[in-house]
Amino acid sequence: MILLLIARRFLGLLLTLLIVSVLIFVVMDLLPGDPASVMLGTSATPETLAALQRQLGLDQPLAVRYVTWALAALKGDLGTSYTYGVPVAGLVGERLAVTVPLSLLAVALSIIIAIPLGVISAGRRNSLVDYGASVLSQVFIAVPGFWVGLLLVMLFSVTLGWMPAGGFPGWNAGLWPALKALILPAVALALPQAGVLTRVTRTAVLEVMNEDFVRTARSKGLSEKTALWVHAVPNALVPVVTILGLQFTFLIAGAVLVENVFNLPGLGRLAYQALTQRDIIVMQNVILFFSGLVIIMNFLVDLAYLAIDPRLRAGVR
Amino acid sequence: MGSTFLRASTTLSRRAVLLAALAAGLGAGLHGTAEAAAKTTLTLGMSVEPPGLDPTVAAPVAVGQVTWQNVYEGLVTINEKGEIKPQLAESWTISDDGLTYTFKLKTGVTFHDGEVFDSTAAKFTLDRARGPESTNGQKRFFQAIDTAETPDATTLVLKLKARNSSLLYWLGWPASVMVAPKNAADAKTNPIGTGPFKFVSWTKGDRVELAANPNYWDKSVKVKLEKVVFRFVADAQAQAAALKSGDIDAIPEFAAPELIEDLKGDSKLATVIGNTELKVVAGMNSAKKPFDDKRVRQALMMAVDRKTLVEGAWSGFGTPIGSHYTPNDRGYVDLTGVHPYDPEKAKALLAEAGYGSGLTFTIKAPQMAYAQRSSQMLQAMFAEIGVTLNIETTEFPAKWVADVFKGSNYDMTIVAHAEPMDIDIYARDPYYFNYKNPAFNDVLKKVEETTDPAAQEKLYGDAQKILAEDVPALYLFVMPKLGVWNKNLTGLWEHEPIPSNVLTNVSWTQ
Repeated sequence: MILLLIARRFLGLLLTLLIVSVLIFVVMDLLPGDPASVMLGTSATPETLAALQRQLGLDQPLAVRYVTWALAALKGDLGTSYTYGVPVAGLVGERLAVTVPLSLLAVALSIIIAIPLGVISAGRRNSLVDYGASVLSQVFIAVPGFWVGLLLVMLFSVTLGWMPAGGFPGWNAGLWPALKALILPAVALALPQAGVLTRVTRTAVLEVMNEDFVRTARSKGLSEKTALWVHAVPNALVPVVTILGLQFTFLIAGAVLVENVFNLPGLGRLAYQALTQRDIIVMQNVILFFSGLVIIMNFLVDLAYLAIDPRLRAGVR
Repeated sequence: MGSTFLRASTTLSRRAVLLAALAAGLGAGLHGTAEAAAKTTLTLGMSVEPPGLDPTVAAPVAVGQVTWQNVYEGLVTINEKGEIKPQLAESWTISDDGLTYTFKLKTGVTFHDGEVFDSTAAKFTLDRARGPESTNGQKRFFQAIDTAETPDATTLVLKLKARNSSLLYWLGWPASVMVAPKNAADAKTNPIGTGPFKFVSWTKGDRVELAANPNYWDKSVKVKLEKVVFRFVADAQAQAAALKSGDIDAIPEFAAPELIEDLKGDSKLATVIGNTELKVVAGMNSAKKPFDDKRVRQALMMAVDRKTLVEGAWSGFGTPIGSHYTPNDRGYVDLTGVHPYDPEKAKALLAEAGYGSGLTFTIKAPQMAYAQRSSQMLQAMFAEIGVTLNIETTEFPAKWVADVFKGSNYDMTIVAHAEPMDIDIYARDPYYFNYKNPAFNDVLKKVEETTDPAAQEKLYGDAQKILAEDVPALYLFVMPKLGVWNKNLTGLWEHEPIPSNVLTNVSWTQ
């Protein structure tokens, strides 16, 4: 059954990627402007423009360009960037080394902040701690990540001088310098997520706390703490994981802004640059990658349900 | 980089000792390079990342701002005053008919990959730039050249089809630099020139690194910097933060004038305000009613109080202009008085043209801050004379080029023209202004045929006057060069007669 699920997901993934790739080609082509005139500026002669378009293959009809790209992509050649003139695979790879660790760090941070905060405020409902957590999570949600980013830079980079104000030294500069460059952006990305996650966790735990089995656990003589952490929390995780999965999508969107504020050479910025320069080949690959990532995340969330909830496991077996 | 360490050790007094020690410890541990007092590394920030590093195949100014005079050099160069100076050509003669240029080339010059620079390399470069497969954005520069000949290794002879007095000046541009023949095809990602700095690496989206060229041919120059890092930071707030934290040493073209006051307050930074070649002009479509009527264009010009516009749009930085020419350019005439701010006269002129009851049109304004804010100022000023201006934001460059520049599908637009001495755009056909004036074209033709500099300057003055009178575009202001850098840096250009970051003479005083 699990295998069938995986197979179905995989087929869905391929189909989605196909549709998305056609859409991107068509939409990018409909946008006014072409990469050759962006490269050559306003003084270029018509012959020069024609020569560059020929060199880039832009003189071919759209369908031909798409098929050429798709066939090469199937063989593992993702194409060459119009603007940079280098293979896209390498370009995307370099950026992944920034965006993936950044996203993972942000997710980890938001879990570390949100789960304990949510559980504790559920356990001490209507206490001062609960109100405090509630206000804090509201603030996290309300304040945009890029603005938090600016404030963090002002404090930790400009005033205190503890952290770099932006940029990324690269992983070969060493683990710590690279991680250090990602900490502030990850915090800026994580806080809004943590706000949402705290509230979801609190609600989910509260709901479970009112269930019969928790009452039974309490009446068995278990302490409030044990009833909460051992019996209530594991059963409240399904909605929490769902939200985490959804948030991953927002994380990628947020990364575009945060990468800009912190000047990180990530995928978000690559996508933005590619759009302004009408670099269809780069756009195509970045968006396909994002789409694939979202689909895979949804799949992982489904798998996580199975791990968390034995009843679902019984159902698919 | 090591900047955290340096910062901590130089500003120790301002901070708790514990904190400084911590930061220094971290810095040394992190960056691995704890620099001593005499610094030889420069980190320079730019707003835009170049799309490739070969200025002979891509037009964006960012390409030249990294490579020109640093990695690449030309037969001639242009100095900080905008004057033409010998470089890889040590001298030249021009025949009396102005059709033959004979260049005597420097000897003992090699490219960074070891290739010898000689007349063959020079001919290769020029033939590549003017050939059928050329993707040089300034190919028009070389179209006057009929043949390039190499009688011997140190002599290059250019035969022209017609007199072209701008050719020497153009040969100084980034688009005309000498490339290494064996490397030319890869120059976009691995630029190899003859300059004082060698290309080291390009981390796309982030930085380009250069290192001093130990075999630099010009022994009269003592290059003090050993390593240069160009970092690309699009966001103005991020630029300010990087300058203040010391992550970046210099931003020669800082992006946000409204943050300059704040940066002036920082004791370790110097703010140096100079001139660029960026002319902010609001072009009008002369092929379209009502802009085909000169009186309408003149009335709109008189509705503009340039000083207030600069104040509102660019925090008061920038020099008002009356024509398509900057105070950097030779033969500049101040023509802001030809159509001075006079709303009453503007209204009268509009009425005379038949628009006494008002006029409504749209400005297609790119997303850049200067364009948006200037448009809002224009909107308010036009309202004073009964003209309603709608602002429509367009995306620069891609959409603007397709829609306005090529399509001529607009009433009014606003952009900063970056190319130096580009007054000839008003004589180009087609060009997005759709301005057609044979008298103006004649003046520019005479400029090309004249070799006497004084006579040329007078002619350029005439050309400026025709534009100031005809107003094919509203001439607003020249963008300032907002230079912000560490006080201990010297040698960066104050003005920018050509978009560049020449680092040959840059050094740290301590």
